[in-house]
Amino acid sequence: MIKTDVVIIGAGPTGLFCAHQLGIIGLKCEIVDNLDKIGGQCIELYPDKPIYDIPAVPKCTGEELTNNLIEQIKPFNFNFHLSDRVQELKNEKNKWLVKTLNGKEFETPNIVIAGGVGSFEPRKFPTKSAEKYDGKSVLYSIKDKTIFKDKSVVIFGGGDSALDWAIELSNSSKVTLVHRRDEFRGAPASVQKIKELSDNKTIDLITKYSIKDVKGNGSLESVEIKSETGDSKVIKADYVLGFFGLIMQLGPIAEWGLNLDKKTIPVNTENFETNKKGIFAIGDICTYPGKLKLILSGFHEGALAARGCFKYARPDEKYRFEFTTASSTIKDRLGVKE
Amino acid sequence: MAKIKYIEFNGTEHEADVANGLSVMEGAIQNDIPGIDADCGGGMSCATCHVYINDDDWFKKLPEKEMGEDDMLDQAFEPKSNSRLSCQLIVSDDLDGLTVHMPEKQV
Repeated sequence: MIKTDVVIIGAGPTGLFCAHQLGIIGLKCEIVDNLDKIGGQCIELYPDKPIYDIPAVPKCTGEELTNNLIEQIKPFNFNFHLSDRVQELKNEKNKWLVKTLNGKEFETPNIVIAGGVGSFEPRKFPTKSAEKYDGKSVLYSIKDKTIFKDKSVVIFGGGDSALDWAIELSNSSKVTLVHRRDEFRGAPASVQKIKELSDNKTIDLITKYSIKDVKGNGSLESVEIKSETGDSKVIKADYVLGFFGLIMQLGPIAEWGLNLDKKTIPVNTENFETNKKGIFAIGDICTYPGKLKLILSGFHEGALAARGCFKYARPDEKYRFEFTTASSTIKDRLGVKE
Repeated sequence: MAKIKYIEFNGTEHEADVANGLSVMEGAIQNDIPGIDADCGGGMSCATCHVYINDDDWFKKLPEKEMGEDDMLDQAFEPKSNSRLSCQLIVSDDLDGLTVHMPEKQV
């Protein structure tokens, strides 16, 4: 059991800056995110896309923004718990007991939900029949590529994951790559490579088709694909891989008794607390009159939520407002030597 | 101003007067029309405002897809050649009478 002042759910820019604000006012926090890296949507959706509306930063990419925020909170040495997800919350004597999917436990007076639009999960095949084989022979990520050796593998998708795996597995498996249109969104070099492999018959490339059905008798045997004009084909398959990017699911957050407005959590704009005492929501996941889904709004929300957390983490102390330029206490916390 | 018809997957029809300059997605959200999620808020960063334009004449009449829209559509639920992201369809008088069909689901 880890005891802390605040558990932050979500390591996107909003969660990271809230952590910074907690550090500045002398609180400790633990940060949980279900992605395997820090940065949230900035890293997962647009690491290379420039952002133009961060105050005083004319232009930066999602990756640069993330790296700068990581640098900014470094002095506080906060722990990150990546590839993990907060699963359960229980209230006990003004404390929240937090349990994660990987079995970690926290005791904290405050939880800050900075979860964006929820957790990222791979988009799955729309076909019902694929569910039966999910995790066995129908896969959305690859942990051990040796299982595909000398097997027939049908890969769906047009992005980098689909192309990279098609190229990689073509060395030791019979690969068919299926995509819904002729253009691919992967890196130009990979697209070129795929075309070469298709021209010399190393892989089968089928475009303008999508999945219709998977078939098998206990174990997977084939996959049926369809074109929009109604043609269909059956391809022998030991494994079917789908790479359609990630979708965002609210997940367990919906089960915690918080008021919800569609997929967002209403908060008050004084300290961004939800209808549950000690649970705050900031960034894209919170809503209030006039809410803008901008990173800069998330920063503001995180700063106020941090002060809200102070009240429960230090009930016997009075919060005193200080500037980073003037306060020697803050400079100590930042490890600044003058 | 344009009158836009939104048809849910189950056939339920909704009609909304959408002001010029808003997107077809915003027209649905502001009028509480179900079937369009728009998780990212209109930034072409998700694929949860996906619609079909079943009328081929209308499909051709719409402004062409910008770079990136098709890439996002690859990640939508059951994309077809008549798929569009409704956040990219900006309403003008020209869109008066447009009908969009929603997919079975967005995520």
